Amino acid sequence: MNRTITEKIISAHSQKEVSPGSIAIAGVDLFVLQDGTGPLAIKKFEEIGVKKLFKPERTIFFIDHASPSPRQELSNSHAIIRNFCKKTGAILYDVGEGIIHEIVVERYARPGQIIIGADSHSCTAGALAAFGTGMGSTDLACAMATGETWLKVPETVRIDVSGEFPKGVFAKDLILNLARRIGADGATYKTLEFHGETIRKMGMSGRLTMANMAVEVGAKAGIFSADTITHKYLKGQGRGKDFKPLNSDNHAHFEIILTENVSRLVPLVALPHAVDNVRTVSDVRGKKLDQIFIGTCTNGRLEDLEVVAKILKGRRCRKGVRVLVAPASREILLEAEEKGIISTLLEAGIVLFPPGCGPCVGVHGGILGDEEVCLSTQNRNFTGRMGNPNAFIYLASPATCAASALTGEITDPREYL
Amino acid sequence: MQLKGRAIKVGDSISTDLICPGRLFHLRNDIKELSKHIFEDLDPALSKKIKHGHFIVAGKNFGLGSSREHAALVLKISGISCILASSFARIFFRNAINNGLPVFECDTRKIKEGDKLSLDLNKEIVRNDTRGTRLKIRPLPGVMQDILKEGGLISYIRKFKCLH
Repeated sequence: MNRTITEKIISAHSQKEVSPGSIAIAGVDLFVLQDGTGPLAIKKFEEIGVKKLFKPERTIFFIDHASPSPRQELSNSHAIIRNFCKKTGAILYDVGEGIIHEIVVERYARPGQIIIGADSHSCTAGALAAFGTGMGSTDLACAMATGETWLKVPETVRIDVSGEFPKGVFAKDLILNLARRIGADGATYKTLEFHGETIRKMGMSGRLTMANMAVEVGAKAGIFSADTITHKYLKGQGRGKDFKPLNSDNHAHFEIILTENVSRLVPLVALPHAVDNVRTVSDVRGKKLDQIFIGTCTNGRLEDLEVVAKILKGRRCRKGVRVLVAPASREILLEAEEKGIISTLLEAGIVLFPPGCGPCVGVHGGILGDEEVCLSTQNRNFTGRMGNPNAFIYLASPATCAASALTGEITDPREYL
Repeated sequence: MQLKGRAIKVGDSISTDLICPGRLFHLRNDIKELSKHIFEDLDPALSKKIKHGHFIVAGKNFGLGSSREHAALVLKISGISCILASSFARIFFRNAINNGLPVFECDTRKIKEGDKLSLDLNKEIVRNDTRGTRLKIRPLPGVMQDILKEGGLISYIRKFKCLH
């Protein structure tokens, strides 16, 4: 056989052999929504006139974006979600549980599934060899009613990664480098499939960071093979039985194969206001910062907080820079607490947010002032992203953010590791 | 169906944040109010230029970023009849068609601000009546043509009950 992971998954869900460019009507395994897109999906679902969800136990709402609510309109919006879940039996993760994509991978995603989310970063589940993709509220509403969605089968771009990560260089730098190379529309409508010796050794945390940012180069999905790392992760979540191996066939057709060698990669930063506006940390070192944010569905996991704690341990964040940290889920917060990471961070002077999206979407805590500069581990730095179109957002790895927290300016993490 | 209107030009990489600012999250259940802020962070004067029937004419990767469907909705409710771009980000592209807002890929470089455009949805051609030129648009996949014909995905599903 000669199929990519994407072609295998979509074929299995549409009961026919699909090839790139063809349209498939595919069954959906998991329907996920958040508080920014959920209320509109509920409205659209009600307009269809169906009473029952196709799979209530697989329809999941997350209140993570404006969470806890900063104002009455949003509290009312949250109430719409809570009432709908009560009425239909859909599952709800309320304030403080964590970010949609993190909880999906911790508790639900497994290799071979199709997961659609009313959130562009639903591609994060690709780290577990699931075909996760973002759509709008109407697409979700119709899938919630019928159990299906239509997909144009994407071409697959294969990324082969070799070499050892140098000290201070991480998966975030690798995916930023890819954005630099192919641009913010370099993989529009396509799947990115990650392979190579470096990927085989990469832990789940790094894989999640990369899959998460697939959409930042326009991709529909960012997929990894289901291998021993995937199995180990699922076992760790008490879901070992959810594992099945899944990989592309040896003679699968890829639209293009790109290679990356990480051995000479250096810490990178995306400059305002585009994710593909990437420079090395040394190019912009010394840039003064007002705020640093560590967290999000890109880099709010335990491994990320561990690196940050390693750099901040026994040191103090620079006075004048606000350092905000939001773990991606309650489970991560609890583990970080148990390992002493949280007290290390608090002693260093950080401000702890509840699990959730935190300041990334600019609707509550951590909104930037005019002309202020923020360095963040998030995935996007568009104009206005953090709530103020007159502010400037730089993107980097958790290590770069932690090193910069000590100096109050963009700093090379290799000096502190 | 024929669409006619003047071109409002915007550039490359217009994100959903620029179309419909994320900081107005609290207005998402009030699309009319939200639509008053259309393109606010791109150019606060732009919303005043938008008249019923106008075309948005963009460069590449229009609608990148967040999946918020509100970006497509505020364009539709503001009276935009069609969006032409050299390319679209995929989630926005689906969202627009799902709400019955025609969006087409074509070479937009030669269209200038204020040009009079007309588009026959059956003919896959945009006429630039100001310059006397014709541009070929890229046909939509069949399923999207069907959804657009019904005025959006909800009407489509109400009528046919499923996607098959």
